[in-house]
Formats: sequence, C-alpha cells, structure tokens
Amino acid sequence: MVTNGTESESVRTVSVVRHYKLGRSIIPAVDGVSLAAGRGEFIALLGASGSGKSTLLNLIAGLDRPDSGAIVAEGADLATMTSEQLAQYRRHVVGMVFQSFNLVPTMTLYENVELPMRFAEVRRRERRARVQEALERVGLSDRMKHRPSEMSGGEQQRAALARALVNRPKILLADEPTGNLDSKTGKEIMDLIRELNRTLEMTVIMVTHERPLAERYANRLVFLGDGKLVGELENTKLEKIGAGR
Amino acid sequence: MRAYDLIELAGRNLREAGLRNSLTTLGIGVGVASLVAMLSLGIGLQKLATRQLGRSGLFDTVVVTSRQDSRGPRFAQAAPVTAQPKPLDDAARHSFEQMANVMEVYPNFSAVGDVRLEANKGDGHFTVVGTLPQSARTSESFDDFQGTFFSAYNAPEVIILTDFGRELLDLPREPRNSDTKLTAEQANQLLGKNIVLRYHQREAGESAPLAGKVARKKGEPDPDDIDNGDAKQTEDMQTYNLVPRQLKLKIVGIVNTEPNRALRQGRTPVFLPLALAESLNMVQAGELWSTLRPSQTKTYIALIVRVAKSKAVAQVEEDIKKQGFSTFSILDASKGITKFFTFLDLFLGIFGSLALAVASLGIINTLVMAILERRREIGIMKALGASDGDVKRIFFVEAGSMGVLGGALGAGLGWTIGRVINFATNIYLQRQDIRPENFWVVSWPLVGAALAFSVFVSLFAGLYPASRAARLDPVQALRHD
Repeated sequence: MVTNGTESESVRTVSVVRHYKLGRSIIPAVDGVSLAAGRGEFIALLGASGSGKSTLLNLIAGLDRPDSGAIVAEGADLATMTSEQLAQYRRHVVGMVFQSFNLVPTMTLYENVELPMRFAEVRRRERRARVQEALERVGLSDRMKHRPSEMSGGEQQRAALARALVNRPKILLADEPTGNLDSKTGKEIMDLIRELNRTLEMTVIMVTHERPLAERYANRLVFLGDGKLVGELENTKLEKIGAGR
Repeated sequence: MRAYDLIELAGRNLREAGLRNSLTTLGIGVGVASLVAMLSLGIGLQKLATRQLGRSGLFDTVVVTSRQDSRGPRFAQAAPVTAQPKPLDDAARHSFEQMANVMEVYPNFSAVGDVRLEANKGDGHFTVVGTLPQSARTSESFDDFQGTFFSAYNAPEVIILTDFGRELLDLPREPRNSDTKLTAEQANQLLGKNIVLRYHQREAGESAPLAGKVARKKGEPDPDDIDNGDAKQTEDMQTYNLVPRQLKLKIVGIVNTEPNRALRQGRTPVFLPLALAESLNMVQAGELWSTLRPSQTKTYIALIVRVAKSKAVAQVEEDIKKQGFSTFSILDASKGITKFFTFLDLFLGIFGSLALAVASLGIINTLVMAILERRREIGIMKALGASDGDVKRIFFVEAGSMGVLGGALGAGLGWTIGRVINFATNIYLQRQDIRPENFWVVSWPLVGAALAFSVFVSLFAGLYPASRAARLDPVQALRHD
C-alpha cells in the first residue's frame, strides 16, 4: 500500500526491490527495503560493501528505477514517473554529493556550480547571485575561476556541496562524502552538511561505512545487509556530542 | 534547457577536443567542396551549352506560318483543326506582339539589291539583303565584331559581313568560314563610310479586270473557282509596279559570321535595320506568290516570334496555335538537352556526395569517441538533472555545428577550386585562341543548398551518437570511483 505520506515525511520507500543481472544469476542489490525519513531528518545508511546502500541511494535519487515497490519523495512516487519527470525531480527536489566529488574537470568552479541551473532553466541574471550565495555558504567565494584540479579534496567536496545546493533541493543525498578525504577535512565537510541540515531544514540521507561518523552526525542509523534492512537505531548519543561541540 | 545554454555547452565540448573536431569538420568541408565543385561544373556546362544554343536564336524562337497557304517551312506543325485559319497579316503580327513573354515579332526578310561604296563609281555588287531585329544584338556574332550595332531600329545604317567587306574593297577572297577579321586599317576604310543600295520598290498599281472570264450557264461550276473562294467575290485584280530606287546607308558594323544564321535560307551578307527595310517596301525574293495573290492586305510568308525565355516557348506556341496558325520551334530538342544535363548533374552530385557520406562517418566516429570520453560527464549531468533529451540535444548541436562550419568551409573551398580550374582552363583556351568561358558556376542557391545538405547530413550522422549518449545509464557512468 503506497501512501503519499504525511506533512512531516520527506522520503518513504515501500518494499523496494532492485535486482541486477550478472550473467545468468540475479543479484538482489536491494531486496524489499521499507524506510521512512522525516523532513529535516539526518539518516545514515550503514552496511558493508555490497550491502545495497548505494543502490538504495541511487533509487531515492531518481537515477535508477526499482523493479518493484514504491519510493515516495516529497509526495510523488518515483516508480511511476516518466524519465523526463525523473529529470525534473533530480533538478529540483534532490541534491547529490559523491565520494569522488564528480566535478566536471574542464569547467571552472563557477561553471560547475552553475551547471544544474542550466538544466533547471534559471535565468542568467539570477544564476550569478545563486552561485555566489552557494559558494559563500561553503566558504569558496574567492575561488570561482579555479578549476577542480587546482583545488584540494576538501575544497572540491565543498564545491560539490555548493553545486548540490544551488537549485535549493529539499533532500541532500550523500554517497560516502568523506571517503576520499583525510579525517580532519572529512570532519569539516560533515560539519558543513550538518549545518545545511539544520539551517536549511534539508533532509539528509548519507551512505557511509564508518559507524563512528554516523553516530556523530545522524539522527538515525539504518543498517543494510545483502540488500535487506537489518536494523535501525535512533541515535541517542547525538545530543551529547552535539552539545559537546 | 535554453538554447544559449545548449549552444554554450556544445561549443565548450567542441573546443575541448579541438583538433579531433577540427579534422572532422575539415572532412565535411572537403565533402561539401567536392559536391559544390561537381555540381558547379555541371551547372556551368549546362549554362554554357544553353547560352550558346540560346544565342543561336533557335531555342527562344517560334516560327509562325499561316494555314491558309502552303508557303513557309515544310516542317511547320499544322495547327489544330479546331481553329479557324487566318491570314498572317499585320493584325496577327500585332496580336503576337501583345502576348506575354514575347520580345519581338518580325518577318523573315530577304530582298535583292545592288551595293557599292559611295566613293567607288561604277558597277556595284549584286547581293541578297536581309534584316536584323533589335534582339539580334545578343547573337554571338556580335561578341567580337568591328564597329557598332544599329543606333536605332530605323536608322539608315547597314551591317555587313567581313567577306562582303573584302568584296567592296576588292581584296582577295578568304576561304569560306575562315575566322580572319579585317585589319583595323581595312575596317577603317569601311566603317562610317556610305554605301549606295539600289533596289526595286513595289508600288500598288490600278485594279485591272480579270481577263479570259468566260460566261457560263447558270448552275454550272466554274473550274477556275474551285480552290479560290476569294476570286469569286472580286472580278478585278490588283496590279503593281516595280520602281527602281537608290538609298545611301552608313556602314556601322562588320561581323565575321551571319547573325541568327539558322533562321535564314541562303547566304545574306548585308543587313538593314528591320523597321527601315520594312518601310522601304522592297520587292522580296519569294514574294511573287503574295504579289499575285488577289488579297488587298499585305500578308507575311512567315513571322518569327522571339520569346523572352525558352521556358515560355511552349506556352507562346500553344497560344499562337489556338489563334489558327501553324508554328515551329526546336523546343523538343531543348527539352532533350535539359534532360541530359539533369542526368549529368545527378551523376556528378552522387559522386560529390560520396565524399560527404565518408565525412559523415567521420562525424559518427568522432561523436562516439566523445561519448566514451565524456561518459562520466554525461553521468554527472544526468545526476544534476539533465534529461535524456538535454543530453541528446547537446550532441545534436555539436554535430550540427560541425555541419555548419564544414559546410561553410566546403562552399568556400569549392568556390576557390572552381575559380582556380576556370582560370587555368581559360589560360589554356586563350593559348588555343578560343574565347574564355565560364565553365564553373557557383551560384548562391547552390551554396545555400550545399550548406543545408551538409547540416542535414551532419544531423543525420549525429542521430546515432546522440541517442546512444541519451540512453547512457548514469549509475553505470558514475560507478567505479
């Protein structure tokens, strides 16, 4: 039974299944996961490599389609959308950051952050202000003309965050955002994500395999194993850590 | 995605792989150039042929004869029997002149006279005298002639053939059809000088009663009247007198070959302006028929109708036939020629297109390479909200841009090749003493069509890469960090 969710609900997955064919065998990457995320919640998806956490994130991001089940995000079921509607969804509802940053190497920082607004058909005059605002938020407003290769890993991930923000999405999806960073820079990025989560009331769903990181920042920890949901944990330590900051 | 974003992204992608895209574009350029060069040659040859034929005065000409008599060219097609036969008189001539696309209507005029230089007393040269209408000025005989054309359509002036000029100057004869012109000195002895033309004018005499009319019994058929209905009405016939005249005319031009040769029988070395000749009422060769005819009005043996463009010949011919006259034109021959050149153009076009087809494979290759290279970038764009259509359009614009640039380059290149070959051919022709010609005609419509074709071929070539790029799975593209 698919519901459109309540006012306070941001994302809900209902028995989502996604199989991959590998030769003759079928690999159940995500196998009947039901999960709900409230608006403004910060969820960490934890699990070993191959547990299906990235696949689930891609399904929520609208980059992939489930074989069965439903994904309701901000009131709309992704499973029933056309590919054009899914593109619209990726433009306006979600922002994504990746482990390997995925900036376009031939574009300057400004152009990289501007790129999503080209697809969203934002007027040129407005773009400059929005790029400026997003880069100020991540502390890179003086690096606009630089190319990704001229920036450190931390700076590149901040740029990717600015790019994810620029179309003002309601959901931020992060796939191992600190995986390619040293622990100090990783902490800076996580602090930034939490700040966005709190000040912009963005729902954050983050894939990670570092439990301490999840415990430090997420409201809720969701554990996946072999494509199935194997456990959920409300993070009670969070307040303490947050208070001690 | 907005158009300027599309163009900007496509442009940036083209610049990123500058060398590869330039080479592909150059390939299209060469393809378009070969197409333009081939078609220009075809069009140039066609224009050359039709110009030569057109100037012969054959292809834009309709010869009109009356169905009432058996005079005129034997090959004239009979008019449909539906129309009432009419005399080929001034009224008919006037009605032809009023038709759309008709440039000039004139009779085939041929008289005899005696011509000498005014300065030389004594016997003149007995010769055929013809006329030239104003439209004869475009005849190729006047490409390279000495002197000028008639200053007016009724000026007391004369244009003569080079051979006749030699005769007037008592110079030795050259072999017939030799291209030798008079020297400037010899020409100056004739140009601007007066000649005296002696001829016979026809003047109407009194009516005379028909002789030998025999009284018959009532109801008995008159054997003389069987064919001639008119004679029944008129008991009298017009007589005419031949009055010798002489006229002073200024030599204004000397031509090597006879203008509008094809429409004349026999050799005519002396030409008067048409209107002047008609006003003189000279006795014409072959006019015996009309002078003996018991008609009051003047009729023509044949009228020549010059049509403004050869395309209109059929229509004019049709209209004249409807009026009840017989017509003749070489239209069918010209249709054959047009058909031949259409095939030639098609053939040359196919050859030219081959290079463009090869170039389009270059586009496909380049863009497929670009997909492999930009796999990750396409994945990123999709993750950021690019739709399949956006990705497709970016590749399309890239292919189209290469088409536009290559097309422009190719049109320029084709034009240059044409110029160079034209130039080289004409140097050769000049060495052979042949007048230079324009073999290569690059027209704006051709350039436009080549450009459009190039863009079309490029877009067609971009079809596969674009849809392949659009289908790219972003999850796959972004995997393997």
